This record gives sequence, C-alpha cells and structure tokens, in this order.
Amino acid sequence: MKLRLENVQKSFGQTKVLDGISLEVAQGEMLCLIGASGSGKSTLLRCINLLEPLDDGAIWLDGIDIAEPSLDPQPIRQRIGIVFQSFNLFPHMTAEENVMLAPRRIHRKTRDQLRQPIAELFDRFGLRDHMNRYPDQLSGGQQQRVAIVRALAMKPDIMLFDEITSALDPELVGEVLEVLKSLKTEGMTMIMATHEMDFAREVADNICFLDQGRILEQGPPQQIFAAPKQMRTRDFLGRVLGAHKG
Amino acid sequence: MASRPAGLTRRQVYERSLKRRSLIIAGGSTLAVVLAVVILVPLSPGWEKVKLSFFNGEVFVKTFPKLLNAFVLDLAIFAWSVPLIAALGLAIALARDVRNPVLYPLRLFGAVYTDLFRGVPVVLVVYLVGFGIPGLGLPRPWNSPYIWGTVALVLTYSAYVAEIFRSGIESVHNSQRNAALSLGLAGKDVMRFVVLPQAIRRVIPAQMNMLIALQKDVALLSFIGPVEIFRQAGVFKSLLANFTPYVVAAAIFLVVTVPATRLADYLIAKQNRSRS
Ligand SMILES: Nc1ncnc2c1ncn2[C@@H]1O[C@H](COP(=O)(O)OP(=O)(O)O)[C@@H](O)[C@H]1O
Ligand SMILES: [Mg+2]
Repeated sequence: MKLRLENVQKSFGQTKVLDGISLEVAQGEMLCLIGASGSGKSTLLRCINLLEPLDDGAIWLDGIDIAEPSLDPQPIRQRIGIVFQSFNLFPHMTAEENVMLAPRRIHRKTRDQLRQPIAELFDRFGLRDHMNRYPDQLSGGQQQRVAIVRALAMKPDIMLFDEITSALDPELVGEVLEVLKSLKTEGMTMIMATHEMDFAREVADNICFLDQGRILEQGPPQQIFAAPKQMRTRDFLGRVLGAHKG
Repeated sequence: MASRPAGLTRRQVYERSLKRRSLIIAGGSTLAVVLAVVILVPLSPGWEKVKLSFFNGEVFVKTFPKLLNAFVLDLAIFAWSVPLIAALGLAIALARDVRNPVLYPLRLFGAVYTDLFRGVPVVLVVYLVGFGIPGLGLPRPWNSPYIWGTVALVLTYSAYVAEIFRSGIESVHNSQRNAALSLGLAGKDVMRFVVLPQAIRRVIPAQMNMLIALQKDVALLSFIGPVEIFRQAGVFKSLLANFTPYVVAAAIFLVVTVPATRLADYLIAKQNRSRS
C-alpha cells in the first residue's frame, strides 16, 4: 500500500484552498498534518476520500490515480476510512448497527455473519458493553471510538483522521489517542490532522506543516519540532506549544 | 423560616404554591366565562328557535345511529387513502431529489405535480376528477365515485405530503450523508438507511396534521355521490327540516380529530424538547 499526492489543487469559488500539495505515505506510516485553522487540513483529507472533487493534480493509490474524475468513487472510498471531528454517527442506529451497515450493504454479509467479528472489534477498543447503546447514550470519547470501529469494519488500507479529539472534553482525549497508538502498532497506514502536538511528536513518522493550502515544511517530528527551518513554522509551533504550556 | 412538608426543597415548596395559585385563578376565570355563556346566551331573543333547530334532543337521538354508521364510510375512505398518499408522497419527494440527468423528466414531473395540486382547491380536484373521469363512460366498477373521489384526495394530499417529506430530507445534516458516503455506501443506500429514517422521524408531527386535515376533507366526497356522514346529515336536514344532524356530525368528527390533534401537538413538543 502506498499513497502519493501530486500537485493537488482545490478552490472553493475564488478561494484557493489547496495550492499544489504533494506528499507520500508508505505502508504502516503515520503522517500528521499540522497547521492553523483554515490552512486546508480538512479539505485535503476530504479530497483524498473523494468527498470533495479535486480541481487538478493526482492521487495515486497503489498505482491507480483515484482522482480521475470518471472513476466510480464507491469502491475507492471503501479502501479509505475517514473519521471526523464531530463523530457523525447515525443517531437512529445503535453502535453495533452503525458499524454493521456498510459491511451488510457492501460486502453483502448477514447480521449473523458479522456479529462475531464486530463484537471482537468492539472488545478490542473497550466498547463491548456499549454495543447496543444509541449514540446519544455514549460519551464523546465512546462515540469517537465507535466511529473509528465503524471505519475499520470495512478493512480499509488507509485511515484518515480529521482532528478527531478536538470536540472532546480533555479527559476523554487520551482514550481516543490510545486507539490510534494501537492501530499504529498493528501497522495501519494513517494520515491525521491534529492539534495534539505531543502526540504527533511521539507517534508520527512524518509531519507536514500546512500554511494557506501549501506544505511549507515536512519531515520527521524531531526535525520539525526541534529545528523548524521556516519562520512561519516556528511562529505556529511557538503559538500552539506556548498555549499548551500556559 | 416557616415549617415545610418533609422531603421538599425550598424551591419545590415555592413552585407548589405558585402552581396552586395559578390553578385557582385559571379555574375561577373559566367558570366565570362558562357561567356568562350559559346565562346570557339563552337570554338572547332567538335562542329558543336556535335551540330547536340546532340542538334538538329528539332529532339527536333519532339521527345519531345512522350518522355514526355513515361515518364508518368516512373512516374507510380515510383508511385506504392514507397508505396510497404516503407511498405516492414519498415517491414524489424522492423524484424531486434525483440528480441523475437521465431521470431529469422525473424530477420535473415531481416539481410540476406538487405545484399543480397544491395550487388548486381540494374541492375543485374532487369535482374535476370525481365527475370528469366517470363521465368518460367507464364500465362498472370503474365509474364509481368512491374510486375517483379517493383518487382526487390522494392526488392533492400526496402533493402536500411530498413537500413535507422533502423538507425532512433536506433537514438531515450533510455531514450524515458524507459519513455514509465515506464508508463506500451507494447513494441509494445512503438515502434509504441513513437519510430517510431520520427525515421521516422528524416530519411525523407535520404529517399527523395532514392526516387530521384529510380526515375532515373526506366529507368533500359527499359532493360527488358517496353517502358519507356529511351527505347523510344533509339528507336528514331536508327530511326533518332541522339542523341538529349537522351538529351531530360535527360532534362525531371532533371525537376523532381532537385526540389526534392533541397527539400531534404532544409529538411536536416532545421533538422540540429533545432537540434543544
Ligand atoms: N465547502 C466549502 N465552501 C467554501 N469554502 C470552504 C469550504 N470548506 C472549506 N472552505 C474554506 O477552505 C479553507 C480551508 O478550510 P479547512 O480545510 O476546513 O481548513 P482546516 O481543516 O485546516 O481548518 C478555509 O478558508 C475554509 O473557509
Ligand atoms: Mg478542519
């Protein structure tokens, strides 16, 4: 599995939101996108998942350009899981039904066939007791973990996370980040937009600093955090890390 | 501090006294109005006459069973219209939502349909369809006013019901659609399993109000033949030269529509509470 973006361009009306993004993620790697709010992190993730069409550029997934506008997006989206800041669980379904829906409809599996493997997934993320609850009966951290399980149930090749801890109370952030660590150990390939700098420093293989739709600087966390080359990267890190300490 | 009943907080004691006070005031003012009506109305010069022709106990007793019987026909027409209206209304709502260019005619049809049937008074549709189509000289049973009267109600009401469904579909946040699409679900599965169930839940109170309106509009079919309650009341009126049968009919309608209206209001209130 390998994902490579080549000169990705995206505008909303007159506003250029992604301005020539190129990057690479190898199998089992975790890439963290950092950058100020409005720098284009969410848009980039949504483009990779084909929820937003690109204006120009290419996205190579195992040698296929998935940005080709004439392709059917459905089978591609099945290979790319995404988890959103606001969970977006289906409120009229229990946690288990949320997770079962896509495998039932897409892999044509029955509930009975799915019950066992899905129960194991819930177990792994400490959600066994919550399978039959509705989203509004779960805490934010539990909902977000269910959303991760829902995406994992499709057995994607790569997972995208869009600031998945930003809507959580501080004491619930840890349980969600733990899930990401365990996915990393299992060799899942991941791209994550985040403001959790400590986590990025500890777990990411690579960091991209986005600024006004461009990658201003990228490299391993030691380099980005210890010796940022760009003035704007230093400013940004100074702001978020300063705020964090204060 | 004054002593208070055991187990109650200060706040609860205060709220109790407030509640008792407002109950007493509401009860008193209601009693005053009812007394005024009961005492003053019979003092009006025409009251004896009105009482005889609108509230005649004898006529009431005589016509009630027959009218109740005729009302069963209203209920039957209502009962077989509802599933047809729900199905057609949903189909039109979905037709107005299609994005596929091949299906554009369907979309156009949906738009024209809803504009047309919401723009014409129900009673006109009942006349045009109910007299017009059997007038084509169709063989039995296809000339039945029951069938074409029902068709007229279904056409009109499905246009309104479709618009309510559509507003429900549009009220489902786009992030729900995106979440479902991102899993790789097909557009029709997204609609069927994620959007529609939420949309339908949200519009249930509004659709209940449509059902109440429909229940009353069934009486319009009396203009084209079926002897339902309104027509039966008219027959009695001519026969007995008395308006009491209409009052009886109104009372029978109220027995059905008032609880239904209360239920709809309750559902709306419940929904507002759960969303805030
Ligand atoms: N659907 C949209 N329509 C118009 N502008 C948008 C839309 N989505 C995002 N934008 C704009 O694109 C820019 C990047 O947004 P986003 O990708 O959400 O940034 P980030 O996730 O880094 O905060 C912002 O200026 C935002 O206002
Ligand atoms: Mg964002």
